[in-house]
Amino acid sequence: MKTALRPSVALLLIAGILGLVALAFAWAGGWLSPRRIGGAAIADALQDNLGKPEPGWRRAHAKGLCVSGYFDANGTGTALSRAALFPAGRIPVTGRFSLGGGDPLAGDGRNVFHSMALLFRLPDGEQWRMAMDHTPIFPVATPADFVSLQIAGIPDPATHKPDPAKLQAYLAGHPETKAFMDYMKSAPLPSSFANGTYYSINAFRFVDAGGASRAVRWQFEPEAPFAALDKKTLDAQPRDFLFVDALKRLSAGPMRWHMIVVLANPGDRTDNATIPWGAGHRRVDVGTLTLDRAATEAAGDCRDYNFDPLVLPRGVTASDDPLLPARSAAYSASFRRRAIEGPRPDALTQAGEGGAK
Amino acid sequence: MNGPDTLFAFPARLLHWTMAVLILAMLFIGAGMVSTVSAAYPALLAWHRPLGIAILVLALVRLAVRLTHRPPPLPADLPPIQAAAARVSHYLLYALMIAMPLIGWAMQSAGGYPVILWKGVALFPILPHDIVAYGWLRRLHGLLGYAFFLLILGHVGAALVHGLIRRDGVFRSMAGRGG
Repeated sequence: MKTALRPSVALLLIAGILGLVALAFAWAGGWLSPRRIGGAAIADALQDNLGKPEPGWRRAHAKGLCVSGYFDANGTGTALSRAALFPAGRIPVTGRFSLGGGDPLAGDGRNVFHSMALLFRLPDGEQWRMAMDHTPIFPVATPADFVSLQIAGIPDPATHKPDPAKLQAYLAGHPETKAFMDYMKSAPLPSSFANGTYYSINAFRFVDAGGASRAVRWQFEPEAPFAALDKKTLDAQPRDFLFVDALKRLSAGPMRWHMIVVLANPGDRTDNATIPWGAGHRRVDVGTLTLDRAATEAAGDCRDYNFDPLVLPRGVTASDDPLLPARSAAYSASFRRRAIEGPRPDALTQAGEGGAK
Repeated sequence: MNGPDTLFAFPARLLHWTMAVLILAMLFIGAGMVSTVSAAYPALLAWHRPLGIAILVLALVRLAVRLTHRPPPLPADLPPIQAAAARVSHYLLYALMIAMPLIGWAMQSAGGYPVILWKGVALFPILPHDIVAYGWLRRLHGLLGYAFFLLILGHVGAALVHGLIRRDGVFRSMAGRGG
């Protein structure tokens, strides 16, 4: 620096440089973009929709039951993906059954998502986590729509019920959500966690040993014969009947599902979870999931995991579905919050329905 | 005034500027990834972990270089309070560049996550699975990240005061002869 700046000019220059760096950081952190959606905004929308935060609980699918078992791969999956889950052999599994909604003490007799989350412990420290629902489609296609739908369903402070006009206004602009609601109304609800089919919800990509990539969805199809709940008597069911049923069934014997990989046909949408792929797809049965143990969340080993659907092994990647990064970010926001709040005793433990233990 | 003893040793300068880029990138990535649910979220997260471990390794090398190479002295006319601020802020910078990656690694371990460096390569956990420990470490990681950014702003501001106003050789000692 041969020629010296006047100190006042130099100070201004320094302030300008620091200001620009701070501004760039504020931009990166989203503070200049109030419309940018982060994981925390989705967790907020879920809490607002519930009417109050439930400290210590998942912000969605709060009510659950821990299960565990193993996956026996039959080897056929290795032609589709190099994932360490697929070579013939046995992989230990931790899982969780849950019901949709943020209320950890809600009754089971509700026409909501029945869900199965799985965590496969693969060799060399790899994991594959899945969070699946009993519906092949999802109510919204984008994170922004998810937030809007939650906000449309926020209970009115006076009536403690959502304002039907707000929901109608949302549905008017979202035929895909209306279609999902119609589907939920008419589709049979599995009578047990044991006899539901659980779908990957989003499309993913499988990468094989040669590096070839293909779009897939997958579903876990039960060996137990399907039976439907009578939706007219849902309200009359005991609060925890589905979870008590799962505990009872698992104490009598294991539950099994086949993991069916569904390969996309040309033209199938991979970026929109509201659109089913329909019939006429190649299906590959890659192995059998056996669940043989259950325990309440307090006694089991599933509560303190985040079933983030983007914890994926080699050979599996996300598709271009915008819901996938949003699910990952929102689950993490929920996990951050409930972790620091600390876990609470679950409904079954509170009611003394946890079985012999 | 251009004698070699007025400059930081070459390895120290190389580490400083390499890590300056990496740490600033890391802080921007960290702030950015929690702000969005777009496809940038998993992409930034995938960069965050290997960069963090790279910073940890470089920080340990840098600590060794710092302990084996005497840095150029501060100007004798620097007011004691500024000299003390310089000393304390540099202890804090070293502490943060070592602690931040360790807290990140520890919190992912406590959260029960596989600590994935890149697809197929997982680090061993350094804490047992404990969700409450995860919760506090995660909060600490975030708060210290913002503190780190403010500290770096102060560091850059002080360096520029040395370089543009005091013109006392402190800025040049790290910038090199061109500074």
